[in-house]
Amino acid sequence: MSTAAIEVSHLGKVYDAVEAVKNLSLTVQHGEIFGLLGPNGAGKSTTLRILITTLSPTTGTATILGHDVVKEADTVRRLIGYVAQERAIDRFLTGREHLLLFAELYHIPKQEALNRIAALLKLVNLEDDADRVAKGYSGGMKRKLDIACGLLPNPKILFLDEPTLGLDVQSRLNIWEHIRKLQQQGITIVITTNYLDEADQLCDRIAIIDRGEIRAMGSPKDLKASLGGDGIWLTLSDATPKALEQLTTALEGLPFVRGIRPRENGLDIRVDGPEKALPAIMETTHKVGCLLDGIEYHRPRLDDVFVAHTGRSLTNEPAPPEA
Amino acid sequence: MNEQMQEVLALTNRWVKRLSREKFSMLFTLAQPMIFWLIFFGNLFQRAADIQVLQAPNYMSFLAAGVVVMTVLNNGLAGGIDLLFDKENGFLERLMSTPIRRSSVILSRFLFVMAITGMQILVILAVAFLFGVIPETGMLGITVILLIGMLFGVGLTAISMAMAFTVKSHGDFFSMLGFLSLPMIFLSSALVPLAAMPGWMQALAFFNPMTWVIDAVRPLIISGWSQALPQVGMALVVLIAFDALCLYGGAKAFKRSVG
Repeated sequence: MSTAAIEVSHLGKVYDAVEAVKNLSLTVQHGEIFGLLGPNGAGKSTTLRILITTLSPTTGTATILGHDVVKEADTVRRLIGYVAQERAIDRFLTGREHLLLFAELYHIPKQEALNRIAALLKLVNLEDDADRVAKGYSGGMKRKLDIACGLLPNPKILFLDEPTLGLDVQSRLNIWEHIRKLQQQGITIVITTNYLDEADQLCDRIAIIDRGEIRAMGSPKDLKASLGGDGIWLTLSDATPKALEQLTTALEGLPFVRGIRPRENGLDIRVDGPEKALPAIMETTHKVGCLLDGIEYHRPRLDDVFVAHTGRSLTNEPAPPEA
Repeated sequence: MNEQMQEVLALTNRWVKRLSREKFSMLFTLAQPMIFWLIFFGNLFQRAADIQVLQAPNYMSFLAAGVVVMTVLNNGLAGGIDLLFDKENGFLERLMSTPIRRSSVILSRFLFVMAITGMQILVILAVAFLFGVIPETGMLGITVILLIGMLFGVGLTAISMAMAFTVKSHGDFFSMLGFLSLPMIFLSSALVPLAAMPGWMQALAFFNPMTWVIDAVRPLIISGWSQALPQVGMALVVLIAFDALCLYGGAKAFKRSVG
Protein backbone atom coordinates (compact mmCIF):
# COMPACT_ATOMS: atom_id res chain seq x y z
CA MET A 1 0.00 0.00 0.00
CA SER A 2 1.27 3.44 -0.84
CA THR A 3 2.09 5.86 1.92
CA ALA A 4 -0.58 8.39 1.04
CA ALA A 5 -4.34 7.91 1.01
CA ILE A 6 -4.82 10.10 -2.04
CA GLU A 7 -2.29 11.23 -4.63
CA VAL A 8 -3.30 13.79 -7.21
CA SER A 9 -0.79 14.69 -9.85
CA HIS A 10 -1.03 17.49 -12.42
CA LEU A 11 -4.78 17.14 -12.67
CA GLY A 12 -6.60 19.21 -15.28
CA LYS A 13 -10.23 19.37 -16.40
CA VAL A 14 -11.55 21.38 -19.33
CA TYR A 15 -15.30 21.90 -19.78
CA ASP A 16 -16.47 23.56 -22.98
CA ALA A 17 -13.11 25.29 -23.42
CA VAL A 18 -13.10 26.51 -19.79
CA GLU A 19 -10.31 25.19 -17.60
CA ALA A 20 -12.12 24.29 -14.39
CA VAL A 21 -9.03 22.71 -12.84
CA LYS A 22 -5.45 23.50 -13.84
CA ASN A 23 -2.38 21.43 -13.09
CA LEU A 24 -3.53 20.51 -9.62
CA SER A 25 -1.34 18.30 -7.43
CA LEU A 26 -1.90 17.32 -3.84
CA THR A 27 -1.45 14.49 -1.37
CA VAL A 28 -3.80 13.46 1.40
CA GLN A 29 -2.34 11.42 4.27
CA HIS A 30 -4.05 8.51 5.99
CA GLY A 31 -6.39 9.54 8.75
CA GLU A 32 -6.41 13.27 8.18
CA ILE A 33 -9.26 15.64 7.49
CA PHE A 34 -8.33 17.45 4.32
CA GLY A 35 -10.24 20.49 3.13
CA LEU A 36 -10.56 21.97 -0.34
CA LEU A 37 -11.33 25.62 0.39
CA GLY A 38 -12.45 28.08 -2.22
CA PRO A 39 -15.32 30.18 -3.50
CA ASN A 40 -18.08 28.73 -5.69
CA GLY A 41 -16.78 27.83 -9.11
CA ALA A 42 -13.18 27.59 -7.91
CA GLY A 43 -12.83 24.00 -9.10
CA LYS A 44 -13.09 22.21 -5.78
CA SER A 45 -16.25 20.30 -6.68
CA THR A 46 -14.77 19.34 -10.04
CA THR A 47 -11.74 17.95 -8.22
CA LEU A 48 -13.98 16.06 -5.80
CA ARG A 49 -16.02 14.57 -8.65
CA ILE A 50 -12.87 13.34 -10.36
CA LEU A 51 -11.81 11.68 -7.10
CA ILE A 52 -15.16 9.92 -6.66
CA THR A 53 -14.87 8.67 -10.29
CA THR A 54 -17.98 10.39 -11.63
CA LEU A 55 -15.97 12.72 -13.85
CA SER A 56 -12.85 11.88 -15.80
CA PRO A 57 -9.90 14.26 -15.87
CA THR A 58 -8.68 15.84 -19.10
CA THR A 59 -5.06 15.59 -18.03
CA GLY A 60 -3.10 14.23 -15.08
CA THR A 61 -3.82 11.35 -12.73
CA ALA A 62 -5.34 10.68 -9.33
CA THR A 63 -5.06 7.57 -7.19
CA ILE A 64 -7.06 6.50 -4.17
CA LEU A 65 -5.15 4.08 -1.90
CA GLY A 66 -2.94 3.36 -4.91
CA HIS A 67 -5.79 2.76 -7.38
CA ASP A 68 -6.21 4.96 -10.43
CA VAL A 69 -9.59 6.72 -10.47
CA VAL A 70 -10.02 6.17 -14.22
CA LYS A 71 -8.44 2.78 -14.91
CA GLU A 72 -9.56 1.17 -11.67
CA ALA A 73 -12.74 3.15 -11.12
CA ASP A 74 -14.66 0.12 -9.90
CA THR A 75 -12.07 -0.70 -7.24
CA VAL A 76 -12.00 2.93 -6.13
CA ARG A 77 -15.80 2.95 -5.82
CA ARG A 78 -15.58 0.03 -3.39
CA LEU A 79 -13.16 1.93 -1.15
CA ILE A 80 -14.86 5.28 -0.87
CA GLY A 81 -18.01 6.77 0.56
CA TYR A 82 -19.57 9.91 -0.84
CA VAL A 83 -21.74 12.37 1.04
CA ALA A 84 -23.54 14.48 -1.52
CA GLN A 85 -25.10 17.86 -0.95
CA GLU A 86 -28.47 17.71 0.74
CA ARG A 87 -30.41 18.16 -2.48
CA ALA A 88 -29.38 14.68 -3.53
CA ILE A 89 -31.99 13.03 -1.34
CA ASP A 90 -35.03 11.31 -2.77
CA ARG A 91 -37.91 13.23 -1.19
CA PHE A 92 -40.28 10.32 -1.68
CA LEU A 93 -38.20 7.71 0.13
CA THR A 94 -37.85 7.34 3.88
CA GLY A 95 -34.44 7.53 5.53
CA ARG A 96 -34.38 3.78 6.05
CA GLU A 97 -35.35 3.14 2.42
CA HIS A 98 -32.37 5.22 1.25
CA LEU A 99 -30.05 3.04 3.30
CA LEU A 100 -31.74 -0.19 2.17
CA LEU A 101 -31.39 0.89 -1.46
CA PHE A 102 -27.68 1.56 -1.09
CA ALA A 103 -27.19 -1.67 0.85
CA GLU A 104 -28.55 -3.54 -2.19
CA LEU A 105 -26.39 -1.52 -4.58
CA TYR A 106 -23.29 -2.39 -2.54
CA HIS A 107 -24.46 -6.03 -2.31
CA ILE A 108 -24.19 -6.08 1.46
CA PRO A 109 -25.66 -9.36 2.81
CA LYS A 110 -29.17 -8.84 4.16
CA GLN A 111 -28.57 -9.45 7.86
CA GLU A 112 -25.37 -7.46 7.93
CA ALA A 113 -27.10 -4.63 6.09
CA LEU A 114 -29.87 -4.51 8.69
CA ASN A 115 -27.32 -4.43 11.51
CA ARG A 116 -25.26 -1.71 9.87
CA ILE A 117 -28.33 0.39 9.07
CA ALA A 118 -29.54 0.17 12.65
CA ALA A 119 -26.09 1.19 13.91
CA LEU A 120 -25.79 4.08 11.44
CA LEU A 121 -29.24 5.45 12.21
CA LYS A 122 -28.23 5.43 15.85
CA LEU A 123 -24.88 7.06 15.11
CA VAL A 124 -26.43 9.99 13.26
CA ASN A 125 -29.35 10.15 15.66
CA LEU A 126 -32.08 9.56 13.07
CA GLU A 127 -33.70 6.49 14.63
CA ASP A 128 -36.97 8.25 15.40
CA ASP A 129 -37.38 9.66 11.90
CA ALA A 130 -36.04 6.73 9.90
CA ASP A 131 -39.46 5.71 8.63
CA ARG A 132 -40.67 9.15 7.65
CA VAL A 133 -40.49 10.28 4.03
CA ALA A 134 -37.46 12.56 3.54
CA LYS A 135 -39.68 15.36 2.20
CA GLY A 136 -40.34 16.41 5.78
CA TYR A 137 -36.70 16.34 6.93
CA SER A 138 -34.88 19.50 7.99
CA GLY A 139 -31.59 20.45 6.32
CA GLY A 140 -29.64 19.00 9.23
CA MET A 141 -31.55 15.71 9.15
CA LYS A 142 -31.00 15.36 5.41
CA ARG A 143 -27.31 15.91 5.93
CA LYS A 144 -27.20 13.27 8.65
CA LEU A 145 -28.97 10.84 6.35
CA ASP A 146 -26.42 11.74 3.69
CA ILE A 147 -23.59 10.91 6.05
CA ALA A 148 -25.20 7.62 7.00
CA CYS A 149 -25.49 6.72 3.28
CA GLY A 150 -21.84 7.65 2.76
CA LEU A 151 -20.76 5.45 5.67
CA LEU A 152 -22.87 2.44 4.77
CA PRO A 153 -20.18 0.68 2.66
CA ASN A 154 -17.61 1.03 5.51
CA PRO A 155 -15.41 3.29 3.40
CA LYS A 156 -11.69 3.84 3.93
CA ILE A 157 -12.05 7.35 2.60
CA LEU A 158 -15.10 9.55 2.95
CA PHE A 159 -15.75 12.49 0.64
CA LEU A 160 -18.12 15.21 1.76
CA ASP A 161 -19.30 17.94 -0.59
CA GLU A 162 -20.00 21.14 1.36
CA PRO A 163 -21.07 19.19 4.46
CA THR A 164 -22.62 22.14 6.30
CA LEU A 165 -23.78 24.39 3.48
CA GLY A 166 -26.86 26.30 4.54
CA LEU A 167 -27.15 24.70 8.00
CA ASP A 168 -27.88 26.54 11.23
CA VAL A 169 -25.10 26.86 13.81
CA GLN A 170 -26.29 24.02 16.01
CA SER A 171 -26.50 21.55 13.12
CA ARG A 172 -23.09 22.63 11.86
CA LEU A 173 -21.42 21.93 15.19
CA ASN A 174 -23.25 18.63 15.27
CA ILE A 175 -21.97 17.61 11.84
CA TRP A 176 -18.42 18.67 12.73
CA GLU A 177 -18.59 16.49 15.79
CA HIS A 178 -19.70 13.53 13.66
CA ILE A 179 -16.86 14.11 11.22
CA ARG A 180 -14.28 14.23 14.03
CA LYS A 181 -15.69 10.99 15.44
CA LEU A 182 -15.23 9.34 12.06
CA GLN A 183 -11.65 10.51 11.96
CA GLN A 184 -11.07 8.86 15.34
CA GLN A 185 -12.24 5.60 13.79
CA GLY A 186 -9.41 5.90 11.28
CA ILE A 187 -11.35 7.11 8.25
CA THR A 188 -9.58 9.57 5.97
CA ILE A 189 -11.87 12.48 5.21
CA VAL A 190 -11.91 14.96 2.33
CA ILE A 191 -14.34 17.87 2.39
CA THR A 192 -15.02 20.81 0.12
CA THR A 193 -16.08 23.99 1.78
CA ASN A 194 -16.35 27.71 1.23
CA TYR A 195 -16.59 28.40 4.94
CA LEU A 196 -13.37 29.70 6.46
CA ASP A 197 -14.25 28.70 10.00
CA GLU A 198 -15.05 25.19 8.85
CA ALA A 199 -11.66 24.86 7.16
CA ASP A 200 -9.98 26.43 10.18
CA GLN A 201 -11.61 24.40 12.92
CA LEU A 202 -12.27 21.07 11.28
CA CYS A 203 -9.43 20.43 8.84
CA ASP A 204 -5.94 19.17 9.63
CA ARG A 205 -4.75 20.52 6.32
CA ILE A 206 -6.33 22.59 3.61
CA ALA A 207 -5.69 23.50 0.01
CA ILE A 208 -6.85 26.98 -0.99
CA ILE A 209 -8.24 26.72 -4.51
CA ASP A 210 -9.09 29.67 -6.69
CA ARG A 211 -9.87 29.65 -10.41
CA GLY A 212 -8.85 26.04 -10.77
CA GLU A 213 -5.45 26.34 -9.13
CA ILE A 214 -4.04 25.62 -5.71
CA ARG A 215 -2.84 28.89 -4.23
CA ALA A 216 -1.65 27.62 -0.86
CA MET A 217 -1.61 24.36 1.06
CA GLY A 218 -0.84 23.37 4.62
CA SER A 219 -2.34 23.25 8.09
CA PRO A 220 -4.48 26.29 8.98
CA LYS A 221 -1.95 27.09 11.70
CA ASP A 222 1.06 27.04 9.40
CA LEU A 223 -0.73 29.00 6.73
CA LYS A 224 -1.58 31.70 9.24
CA ALA A 225 1.92 31.73 10.64
CA SER A 226 3.34 32.10 7.13
CA LEU A 227 1.67 35.49 6.90
CA GLY A 228 4.41 36.81 9.20
CA GLY A 229 3.03 37.40 12.64
CA ASP A 230 0.11 39.23 14.21
CA GLY A 231 -1.26 42.31 12.55
CA ILE A 232 -1.58 45.83 13.88
CA TRP A 233 -3.60 48.12 11.70
CA LEU A 234 -3.12 51.84 12.11
CA THR A 235 -5.49 54.39 10.68
CA LEU A 236 -4.24 57.98 10.55
CA SER A 237 -6.48 61.02 10.56
CA ASP A 238 -4.13 62.75 8.13
CA ALA A 239 -2.68 60.00 5.97
CA THR A 240 -0.56 61.96 3.49
CA PRO A 241 2.08 59.95 1.58
CA LYS A 242 4.74 61.96 3.34
CA ALA A 243 3.43 61.22 6.84
CA LEU A 244 3.10 57.54 6.01
CA GLU A 245 6.64 57.42 4.71
CA GLN A 246 8.04 59.12 7.81
CA LEU A 247 6.14 56.82 10.08
CA THR A 248 7.23 53.72 8.14
CA THR A 249 10.89 54.72 8.39
CA ALA A 250 10.58 55.31 12.13
CA LEU A 251 8.76 52.00 12.76
CA GLU A 252 11.11 49.90 10.66
CA GLY A 253 13.85 50.40 13.25
CA LEU A 254 11.86 48.69 16.02
CA PRO A 255 13.14 45.18 16.86
CA PHE A 256 9.80 43.33 17.02
CA VAL A 257 8.44 44.67 13.74
CA ARG A 258 8.56 41.99 11.02
CA GLY A 259 7.06 43.85 8.13
CA ILE A 260 5.06 46.91 7.15
CA ARG A 261 2.59 47.24 4.31
CA PRO A 262 0.47 50.23 3.39
CA ARG A 263 -3.28 49.94 3.70
CA GLU A 264 -6.12 52.37 3.18
CA ASN A 265 -5.37 55.56 5.21
CA GLY A 266 -2.74 53.79 7.25
CA LEU A 267 -0.38 50.88 7.73
CA ASP A 268 -0.53 47.13 8.28
CA ILE A 269 2.30 46.27 10.66
CA ARG A 270 3.30 42.66 11.30
CA VAL A 271 4.71 42.07 14.78
CA ASP A 272 5.79 39.14 16.97
CA GLY A 273 3.38 39.86 19.80
CA PRO A 274 1.22 42.67 21.16
CA GLU A 275 2.77 43.28 24.60
CA LYS A 276 5.79 45.38 23.62
CA ALA A 277 4.71 46.28 20.12
CA LEU A 278 1.50 48.14 20.90
CA PRO A 279 2.87 50.76 23.34
CA ALA A 280 6.05 51.24 21.27
CA ILE A 281 4.11 51.77 18.06
CA MET A 282 1.83 54.32 19.71
CA GLU A 283 4.80 56.13 21.16
CA THR A 284 6.61 56.23 17.81
CA THR A 285 3.48 57.50 16.08
CA HIS A 286 3.23 60.28 18.66
CA LYS A 287 6.91 61.18 18.24
CA VAL A 288 6.65 61.45 14.47
CA GLY A 289 3.66 63.70 14.96
CA CYS A 290 0.97 61.61 13.28
CA LEU A 291 -2.55 61.70 14.72
CA LEU A 292 -4.10 58.26 15.19
CA ASP A 293 -7.68 57.81 14.10
CA GLY A 294 -7.78 54.15 15.03
CA ILE A 295 -5.73 51.15 15.96
CA GLU A 296 -6.67 47.51 15.53
CA TYR A 297 -4.90 44.42 16.70
CA HIS A 298 -5.66 40.94 15.49
CA ARG A 299 -4.20 37.50 15.15
CA PRO A 300 -4.08 36.36 11.52
CA ARG A 301 -7.29 34.73 10.40
CA LEU A 302 -7.64 32.22 7.62
CA ASP A 303 -9.36 34.94 5.66
CA ASP A 304 -6.11 36.92 5.71
CA VAL A 305 -4.38 33.86 4.29
CA PHE A 306 -7.00 33.72 1.60
CA VAL A 307 -6.60 37.40 0.77
CA ALA A 308 -2.83 37.10 0.73
CA HIS A 309 -2.92 34.26 -1.79
CA THR A 310 -5.85 35.19 -4.00
CA GLY A 311 -5.99 38.95 -3.69
CA ARG A 312 -9.57 38.98 -2.45
CA SER A 313 -11.66 38.04 0.53
CA LEU A 314 -13.75 34.91 0.67
CA THR A 315 -16.17 36.30 3.20
CA ASN A 316 -17.89 39.17 1.48
CA GLU A 317 -16.92 39.44 -2.16
CA PRO A 318 -18.58 37.34 -4.80
CA ALA A 319 -16.22 35.56 -7.18
CA PRO A 320 -15.42 37.70 -10.22
CA PRO A 321 -16.62 36.32 -13.55
CA GLU A 322 -14.25 33.97 -15.33
CA ALA A 323 -11.82 35.80 -17.58
CA MET B 1 -28.92 -13.72 -6.86
CA ASN B 2 -27.05 -12.27 -9.79
CA GLU B 3 -25.49 -8.95 -8.77
CA GLN B 4 -26.70 -6.93 -11.72
CA MET B 5 -30.22 -8.26 -11.28
CA GLN B 6 -30.11 -7.18 -7.64
CA GLU B 7 -29.07 -3.67 -8.69
CA VAL B 8 -31.74 -3.38 -11.38
CA LEU B 9 -34.48 -4.65 -9.07
CA ALA B 10 -33.43 -2.36 -6.20
CA LEU B 11 -33.47 0.66 -8.52
CA THR B 12 -36.77 -0.36 -10.13
CA ASN B 13 -38.24 -0.73 -6.69
CA ARG B 14 -37.25 2.88 -6.04
CA TRP B 15 -39.17 4.06 -9.13
CA VAL B 16 -42.23 2.09 -8.02
CA LYS B 17 -42.06 3.59 -4.51
CA ARG B 18 -41.73 7.09 -5.92
CA LEU B 19 -44.75 6.65 -8.15
CA SER B 20 -46.84 5.10 -5.41
CA ARG B 21 -46.14 8.09 -3.18
CA GLU B 22 -47.08 10.60 -5.82
CA LYS B 23 -50.72 9.61 -5.73
CA PHE B 24 -51.94 12.55 -7.78
CA SER B 25 -49.32 12.11 -10.41
CA MET B 26 -50.13 8.43 -10.65
CA LEU B 27 -53.83 9.07 -10.98
CA PHE B 28 -53.39 11.63 -13.73
CA THR B 29 -50.83 9.56 -15.58
CA LEU B 30 -53.20 6.62 -15.60
CA ALA B 31 -56.44 8.46 -16.19
CA GLN B 32 -55.42 11.14 -18.66
CA PRO B 33 -55.37 9.08 -21.88
CA MET B 34 -58.62 7.36 -20.98
CA ILE B 35 -60.65 10.37 -19.96
CA PHE B 36 -59.30 12.94 -22.34
CA TRP B 37 -58.71 10.99 -25.51
CA LEU B 38 -60.77 7.88 -25.45
CA ILE B 39 -63.91 9.02 -23.63
CA PHE B 40 -64.15 12.71 -24.64
CA PHE B 41 -62.57 12.56 -28.05
CA GLY B 42 -64.09 9.20 -28.87
CA ASN B 43 -67.61 10.29 -28.05
CA LEU B 44 -67.21 13.81 -29.43
CA PHE B 45 -66.31 12.61 -32.92
CA GLN B 46 -68.54 9.56 -32.88
CA ARG B 47 -71.10 11.20 -35.14
CA ALA B 48 -68.86 13.63 -36.98
CA ALA B 49 -66.55 10.91 -38.25
CA ASP B 50 -67.35 9.17 -41.52
CA ILE B 51 -67.42 5.41 -41.12
CA GLN B 52 -66.56 4.98 -44.79
CA VAL B 53 -63.33 6.94 -44.39
CA LEU B 54 -62.43 5.28 -41.11
CA GLN B 55 -63.14 1.76 -42.33
CA ALA B 56 -64.14 0.90 -38.79
CA PRO B 57 -67.47 0.10 -37.12
CA ASN B 58 -67.37 3.40 -35.20
CA TYR B 59 -64.96 6.15 -34.17
CA MET B 60 -64.37 4.75 -30.70
CA SER B 61 -63.10 1.45 -32.07
CA PHE B 62 -60.99 3.34 -34.62
CA LEU B 63 -59.53 5.60 -31.93
CA ALA B 64 -58.70 2.81 -29.44
CA ALA B 65 -55.53 1.83 -31.31
CA GLY B 66 -54.51 5.49 -31.53
CA VAL B 67 -54.98 6.00 -27.78
CA VAL B 68 -53.04 2.84 -26.97
CA VAL B 69 -50.07 4.01 -29.05
CA MET B 70 -50.33 7.61 -27.85
CA THR B 71 -50.04 6.31 -24.30
CA VAL B 72 -46.94 4.40 -25.28
CA LEU B 73 -45.60 7.60 -26.84
CA ASN B 74 -46.27 9.77 -23.80
CA ASN B 75 -44.90 7.24 -21.32
CA GLY B 76 -41.84 6.63 -23.43
CA LEU B 77 -41.01 10.27 -24.02
CA ALA B 78 -41.55 11.02 -20.33
CA GLY B 79 -39.44 7.99 -19.36
CA GLY B 80 -36.29 10.03 -18.84
CA ILE B 81 -37.81 12.69 -16.58
CA ASP B 82 -36.93 11.02 -13.29
CA LEU B 83 -33.34 10.58 -14.45
CA LEU B 84 -33.31 14.24 -15.46
CA PHE B 85 -34.20 15.23 -11.91
CA ASP B 86 -31.73 12.72 -10.51
CA LYS B 87 -29.08 14.32 -12.67
CA GLU B 88 -30.02 17.84 -11.57
CA ASN B 89 -30.22 17.23 -7.85
CA GLY B 90 -27.14 15.02 -7.66
CA PHE B 91 -28.78 11.68 -6.87
CA LEU B 92 -27.42 10.25 -10.11
CA GLU B 93 -23.92 11.34 -9.10
CA ARG B 94 -24.37 9.55 -5.80
CA LEU B 95 -25.50 6.39 -7.62
CA MET B 96 -22.55 6.64 -9.98
CA SER B 97 -20.10 6.87 -7.09
CA THR B 98 -21.17 3.37 -6.00
CA PRO B 99 -19.69 0.28 -7.65
CA ILE B 100 -22.86 -0.56 -9.58
CA ARG B 101 -22.79 -1.49 -13.25
CA ARG B 102 -23.43 1.71 -15.15
CA SER B 103 -26.16 0.03 -17.19
CA SER B 104 -28.22 -0.94 -14.14
CA VAL B 105 -29.72 2.55 -13.83
CA ILE B 106 -30.80 2.52 -17.48
CA LEU B 107 -32.15 -1.02 -17.35
CA SER B 108 -34.19 -0.24 -14.23
CA ARG B 109 -35.79 2.65 -16.06
CA PHE B 110 -36.69 0.52 -19.09
CA LEU B 111 -38.13 -2.15 -16.86
CA PHE B 112 -40.23 0.35 -14.93
CA VAL B 113 -41.53 2.31 -17.93
CA MET B 114 -42.40 -0.89 -19.80
CA ALA B 115 -44.29 -2.30 -16.81
CA ILE B 116 -46.31 0.91 -16.40
CA THR B 117 -46.96 1.13 -20.13
CA GLY B 118 -48.13 -2.47 -20.27
CA MET B 119 -50.57 -1.91 -17.44
CA GLN B 120 -51.91 1.24 -19.04
CA ILE B 121 -52.50 -0.50 -22.34
CA LEU B 122 -54.56 -3.10 -20.53
CA VAL B 123 -56.59 -0.44 -18.71
CA ILE B 124 -57.28 1.42 -21.97
CA LEU B 125 -58.41 -1.75 -23.69
CA ALA B 126 -60.65 -2.48 -20.69
CA VAL B 127 -62.25 0.98 -20.86
CA ALA B 128 -62.71 0.63 -24.62
CA PHE B 129 -64.35 -2.73 -23.91
CA LEU B 130 -66.89 -0.96 -21.68
CA PHE B 131 -67.75 1.23 -24.69
CA GLY B 132 -68.30 -1.88 -26.77
CA VAL B 133 -64.91 -2.23 -28.44
CA ILE B 134 -64.06 -5.94 -28.41
CA PRO B 135 -60.65 -6.83 -29.92
CA GLU B 136 -61.27 -9.11 -32.91
CA THR B 137 -58.10 -11.09 -32.35
CA GLY B 138 -58.86 -11.93 -28.72
CA MET B 139 -56.33 -12.55 -25.95
CA LEU B 140 -53.53 -13.48 -28.33
CA GLY B 141 -54.11 -10.19 -30.18
CA ILE B 142 -53.89 -8.28 -26.91
CA THR B 143 -50.57 -10.00 -26.18
CA VAL B 144 -49.29 -8.91 -29.59
CA ILE B 145 -50.50 -5.34 -28.91
CA LEU B 146 -48.56 -5.35 -25.62
CA LEU B 147 -45.47 -6.64 -27.36
CA ILE B 148 -45.59 -4.05 -30.15
CA GLY B 149 -46.36 -1.27 -27.66
CA MET B 150 -43.38 -2.16 -25.48
CA LEU B 151 -41.09 -2.50 -28.46
CA PHE B 152 -42.04 1.04 -29.50
CA GLY B 153 -41.71 2.17 -25.89
CA VAL B 154 -38.10 0.98 -25.63
CA GLY B 155 -36.97 3.28 -28.46
CA LEU B 156 -38.96 6.22 -27.12
CA THR B 157 -37.63 5.77 -23.59
CA ALA B 158 -34.11 5.65 -25.04
CA ILE B 159 -34.76 8.98 -26.82
CA SER B 160 -36.09 10.48 -23.60
CA MET B 161 -33.12 9.30 -21.54
CA ALA B 162 -30.70 10.53 -24.20
CA MET B 163 -32.39 13.94 -23.99
CA ALA B 164 -32.25 13.88 -20.19
CA PHE B 165 -28.51 13.20 -20.26
CA THR B 166 -27.82 15.78 -22.96
CA VAL B 167 -29.89 18.88 -22.08
CA LYS B 168 -28.41 21.70 -20.04
CA SER B 169 -31.57 22.40 -18.06
CA HIS B 170 -34.92 20.76 -17.49
CA GLY B 171 -36.59 23.70 -19.26
CA ASP B 172 -34.92 22.56 -22.47
CA PHE B 173 -36.08 19.04 -21.87
CA PHE B 174 -39.73 19.97 -21.53
CA SER B 175 -39.64 22.29 -24.54
CA MET B 176 -38.23 19.48 -26.66
CA LEU B 177 -40.79 17.07 -25.24
CA GLY B 178 -43.67 19.35 -26.28
CA PHE B 179 -42.09 19.92 -29.64
CA LEU B 180 -41.80 16.18 -30.30
CA SER B 181 -44.99 14.72 -28.92
CA LEU B 182 -47.83 16.67 -30.57
CA PRO B 183 -46.48 16.47 -34.15
CA MET B 184 -45.82 12.77 -33.59
CA ILE B 185 -49.53 12.37 -32.73
CA PHE B 186 -51.03 14.58 -35.44
CA LEU B 187 -48.65 13.38 -38.15
CA SER B 188 -49.76 9.79 -37.64
CA SER B 189 -52.86 7.71 -38.14
CA ALA B 190 -53.81 8.07 -34.46
CA LEU B 191 -56.80 10.40 -34.94
CA VAL B 192 -57.67 10.03 -38.63
CA PRO B 193 -56.66 7.49 -41.28
CA LEU B 194 -53.85 8.54 -43.62
CA ALA B 195 -56.29 8.50 -46.53
CA ALA B 196 -58.18 11.43 -44.98
CA MET B 197 -55.06 13.63 -44.67
CA PRO B 198 -53.78 16.26 -47.07
CA GLY B 199 -51.03 14.86 -49.30
CA TRP B 200 -48.09 16.57 -47.59
CA MET B 201 -49.21 15.36 -44.18
CA GLN B 202 -49.60 11.85 -45.53
CA ALA B 203 -46.03 12.00 -46.76
CA LEU B 204 -44.73 13.08 -43.36
CA ALA B 205 -46.89 10.56 -41.52
CA PHE B 206 -45.43 7.82 -43.69
CA PHE B 207 -42.03 8.42 -42.09
CA ASN B 208 -43.44 8.51 -38.57
CA PRO B 209 -42.82 5.15 -36.87
CA MET B 210 -45.96 5.78 -34.85
CA THR B 211 -48.08 5.39 -38.01
CA TRP B 212 -46.66 1.92 -38.59
CA VAL B 213 -47.30 0.90 -35.02
CA ILE B 214 -50.90 2.16 -35.05
CA ASP B 215 -51.56 0.52 -38.39
CA ALA B 216 -50.55 -2.79 -36.84
CA VAL B 217 -52.51 -2.35 -33.59
CA ARG B 218 -55.71 -1.12 -35.26
CA PRO B 219 -56.51 -4.22 -37.36
CA LEU B 220 -55.75 -6.37 -34.31
CA ILE B 221 -58.63 -4.54 -32.61
CA ILE B 222 -61.15 -3.99 -35.41
CA SER B 223 -60.39 -6.43 -38.26
CA GLY B 224 -58.85 -9.78 -37.45
CA TRP B 225 -55.73 -11.83 -38.02
CA SER B 226 -55.81 -12.01 -41.81
CA GLN B 227 -55.59 -8.24 -42.17
CA ALA B 228 -53.44 -7.71 -39.09
CA LEU B 229 -50.59 -10.14 -39.72
CA PRO B 230 -48.88 -8.39 -42.64
CA GLN B 231 -49.16 -5.06 -40.78
CA VAL B 232 -47.71 -6.57 -37.61
CA GLY B 233 -44.81 -7.92 -39.68
CA MET B 234 -44.12 -4.50 -41.16
CA ALA B 235 -44.35 -2.85 -37.75
CA LEU B 236 -41.83 -5.29 -36.31
CA VAL B 237 -39.34 -4.47 -39.07
CA VAL B 238 -39.83 -0.72 -38.57
CA LEU B 239 -39.56 -1.06 -34.78
CA ILE B 240 -36.38 -3.11 -34.82
CA ALA B 241 -34.73 -0.45 -36.97
CA PHE B 242 -36.18 2.35 -34.82
CA ASP B 243 -35.08 0.75 -31.54
CA ALA B 244 -31.60 0.01 -32.85
CA LEU B 245 -31.18 3.65 -33.85
CA CYS B 246 -32.56 5.02 -30.56
CA LEU B 247 -30.57 2.64 -28.38
CA TYR B 248 -27.38 3.48 -30.24
CA GLY B 249 -27.97 7.23 -29.80
CA GLY B 250 -29.04 6.73 -26.19
CA ALA B 251 -25.95 4.71 -25.34
CA LYS B 252 -23.73 7.39 -26.84
CA ALA B 253 -25.43 10.18 -24.87
CA PHE B 254 -25.19 8.13 -21.66
CA LYS B 255 -21.49 7.39 -22.16
CA ARG B 256 -20.77 11.04 -22.81
CA SER B 257 -22.66 12.07 -19.69
CA VAL B 258 -21.52 9.55 -17.08
CA GLY B 259 -18.51 7.86 -18.66
